[in-house]
Amino acid sequence: MRLLADVILLIGAAFTLLGALGLVRMPDVYNRIQAGTKAVTLGALSLLLGIGLLYPQWWSKLLVIALMILVTNPLGSSTIARALLMAGVQPWKKVESNSTGENNP
Amino acid sequence: MTLTLLETVALAMLGGAVVLSLLRLLLGPTAPDRVVAADTLAVITTSGLVVLAALLASPLYLDVALIYGALAFVGVVAIARAIEGNGS
Amino acid sequence: MTTEPVTREETYLAHGIFLFLLVFLLWIMLAGSLEPGEIVTGLMVALVVTLASRPHLSVFSGLRLSPSAIGPFLAYLGVFFVELVRSNIDMARRVLSPSLPLRPAVVEVKTRLSSSLGRLILANSITLTPGTLTVDVRGEIILVHWVDCPPDSDIESATRAITSKFERHLKGFVR
Repeated sequence: MRLLADVILLIGAAFTLLGALGLVRMPDVYNRIQAGTKAVTLGALSLLLGIGLLYPQWWSKLLVIALMILVTNPLGSSTIARALLMAGVQPWKKVESNSTGENNP
Repeated sequence: MTLTLLETVALAMLGGAVVLSLLRLLLGPTAPDRVVAADTLAVITTSGLVVLAALLASPLYLDVALIYGALAFVGVVAIARAIEGNGS
Repeated sequence: MTTEPVTREETYLAHGIFLFLLVFLLWIMLAGSLEPGEIVTGLMVALVVTLASRPHLSVFSGLRLSPSAIGPFLAYLGVFFVELVRSNIDMARRVLSPSLPLRPAVVEVKTRLSSSLGRLILANSITLTPGTLTVDVRGEIILVHWVDCPPDSDIESATRAITSKFERHLKGFVR
């Protein structure tokens, strides 16, 4: 049981690290939001699951925290993205590619 | 509680994640980048607080994590609203 | 699957009871015990919250509160978690590859969900699925930032690729 919990904790930490790495590596703010939100959300859920296996008596509160992260994190990211678009920040485009769907029909 | 090897590695990775998001927070280059970094950092901190609760075997920190997450969300929405206002 | 027509008052009451039970459940989960004191306090808090949020109960009007909604709900949860894991593996691949394979673009997709709650759940699901981030919801049009947008995508193909897998199940329990 401890080993399973540890492996899940490790996966969670790894996804969180990848999300943060994406935050540093991605070229523009929209892509950074993408990397940050997705990986960190799954990382957090995975960490919570791992802790839940270590401390089964905490499951109800952990579930509430997990639900809260699941609802607020994507919502917060969407809010930032919307604000950026309204403020006129354009998404980054690769220089050599001429293939974009919406802006170049 | 004594840590196993896997748990130590997981903790180190979580620390690395915090450092990387702090790096983005410092580098910017624009204010929205910092907001995104702060948002990500808040979620990492929330899960970090849960991990802390486990490390100290104290469920009190779970409540701290819950409130911290909720407040961070409100903060992010408030900042997003402020950015929105600047553009229009 | 059409629900039998019900009067406005009846659905209003049903949504109130739904919120009441939701708040009570949340209270019990946070308290983490089933002592009589907690239950009584929880019931009182849930009642106060439900009464205080009466003007906003219409948020729940998008929910289909019928037993037949449980199947689609569970199916949706399954699809959602599979997509969440897939999106993370996809994102990890992109972040770790040295060349950063990105073809980002903002596309529009159309939703057939009419309630704001349904659109909220759909928008959140889109954000957590492979390579897509909801930017804005404008009526039935959802603006999506797509990391890997195919060169010749239009609103129909984007809708098929992004929303259809969720909408199929979502339509079972929200409007």
